[in-house]
Amino acid sequence: MSEPVFKKTSMLTDAPTHYCPGCTHGIIHRLVAESIEELGLSDRAIGIAPVGCSVFAYRYFNCDMQEAAHGRAPAAATGIKRAVPNSIVFTYQGDGDLLSIGNCEVNHAAARGEKICVFLINNAIYGMTGGQMAPTTLIGMKSTTSPKGRDPEVNGYPMRGAEMLATHEGTYYAARVAVNNTKNILAAKKAIKKAFEYQNAGKGLSFVEILSTCPTNWGLSPIESLEFLENKMMPYYPLGVLKDKGAE
Amino acid sequence: MARVLMKGNEAIAEAAIAAGCRFFFGYPITPQSEVPEYFSIRMPEVGGTFVQAESEVAAVNMLYGAAGTGVRAMTSSSSPGFSLKQEGISYIACAEIPAVVVNIMRGGPGLGSIQASQADYFQATKGGGHGDYRLLVYAPASIQEACDLMATAFDRSQKYRCVSMILGDGMLGQMMEPVEIKPVEVKQYDNSWATVGWADKSRPRAVVNSLYITHEELGAVNKRLQAKYKEIAANEVMVEEFNMDQPEFVIVAFGTVARIAKNAVAKLKEQGINVGLIRPITVWPFPYCSLEKAAAMNSVKGFLTVEVSAGQLVEDVRLGVNGKKPVELHNTLGSVYPTPDEIVESILALKGRK
Repeated sequence: MSEPVFKKTSMLTDAPTHYCPGCTHGIIHRLVAESIEELGLSDRAIGIAPVGCSVFAYRYFNCDMQEAAHGRAPAAATGIKRAVPNSIVFTYQGDGDLLSIGNCEVNHAAARGEKICVFLINNAIYGMTGGQMAPTTLIGMKSTTSPKGRDPEVNGYPMRGAEMLATHEGTYYAARVAVNNTKNILAAKKAIKKAFEYQNAGKGLSFVEILSTCPTNWGLSPIESLEFLENKMMPYYPLGVLKDKGAE
Repeated sequence: MARVLMKGNEAIAEAAIAAGCRFFFGYPITPQSEVPEYFSIRMPEVGGTFVQAESEVAAVNMLYGAAGTGVRAMTSSSSPGFSLKQEGISYIACAEIPAVVVNIMRGGPGLGSIQASQADYFQATKGGGHGDYRLLVYAPASIQEACDLMATAFDRSQKYRCVSMILGDGMLGQMMEPVEIKPVEVKQYDNSWATVGWADKSRPRAVVNSLYITHEELGAVNKRLQAKYKEIAANEVMVEEFNMDQPEFVIVAFGTVARIAKNAVAKLKEQGINVGLIRPITVWPFPYCSLEKAAAMNSVKGFLTVEVSAGQLVEDVRLGVNGKKPVELHNTLGSVYPTPDEIVESILALKGRK
């Protein structure tokens, strides 16, 4: 028998995921899970699922998990990390959870320099509730609560998470990545892994925003969704490292 | 610890530390701000953690996270701030995380006042947040009792994996009394459910969660919760029955108001009128049995509920008395507390009635 050339990470359970076809949550789950396993942190990891599309993340990440109230994952993470300082704590949150209802909690966790990793999955829409406008919905983009397209006169402007989080002294690392092609997926993995490395070294809050797709609620095919991500989202949400105290 | 003179809020915090609490998450609000202030001094001294949260909402969710790792943790607030914690408390109750919360009540509704009140009785005793759940609610009448009940509150929260509440008011929080913080034997309960990192593979992967998406799952969880509340109701009722030897009338009051009522009982005795007092120490579970028993006494002509709210406690009194005797309400509103003489007047009015 030859050696297997690929093995699914042990940090993901065998539970079938509920994500829609073409959604990139699956890729991001794998990147987070692989990073934890490769760094040898599996036994110390405690993850926090949000409310939204990834609410069932506690079924998929193969470590101790908490499911937090909508937007409150960074507060729950604060409690966990303070109680078990040797743990590796991460939150996995959507744009509605983190940038809308949970904007207060994430900013204060960053300002306090909580030694946690925060992953923001930005797909510019509320997925779980059926395609309503998110704080990240682009100008002109249609949603079930902006049916004629987001109008800044009525709905204001989309919010840039990574830039905002980078302003806090307590934020150690802030980056925006995407998972629309192999090159970007590899870069996303590198950023996610770096976030865990920094936490393991006792550094402050690491924030990685990951541009993701929602074919179902965007009304696009999976391929078209990846193109939308690249052509529409990336110009407003540029990729890159916004802050890296470890590299200064 | 020797008997010392302490402010209620500070004594409550010290008693929590004696009960093994090492994590406090809070936010300032009058009249409970001395609780976080005191913890900010004491927690570092005992190797504990104090975090001033950005809001009451964040504080209760920090409590969710920390207590979800099995440690003894608490939060405190006062009425408007306590309303903000209700979502989090509902989650904690459903996830069956042992936690302690303190509400030092002030006047409401809305921003209300900063003075004492009892108007959060419904919120404390009937659930408070969304869904079917209960808190184990202790309503101390003195600072000493608040400290003693703190140890019980922590122990029972661990034993039942439920939320215990200390329900005080601004008077209890702000006044000073001599108090002895007694040493507590901290009993350890099974914590294999807690999320501490999955190094111990002899236990299942720990998931702290309150989402049960199928009706079968959610039904089963609710049945388990209700069975637990039934067990708590059967085992944890605490009540003081004072001067209950053949009383003519019975006053029902809790917390600081019960202390005022006790003075009224003494004054009435001087006038040759024998009045008893039933003081629920746990307001949930409520001592309905004491009311039932009193209602069956031939000597008892009626009940007087005394409360600083619009008629909340009286509903539980009526449930206990169950129509067997008249139940009257003596209440004050808007942080105004009754005097013993006013309570005496109400009893005399009852007595004068045909």
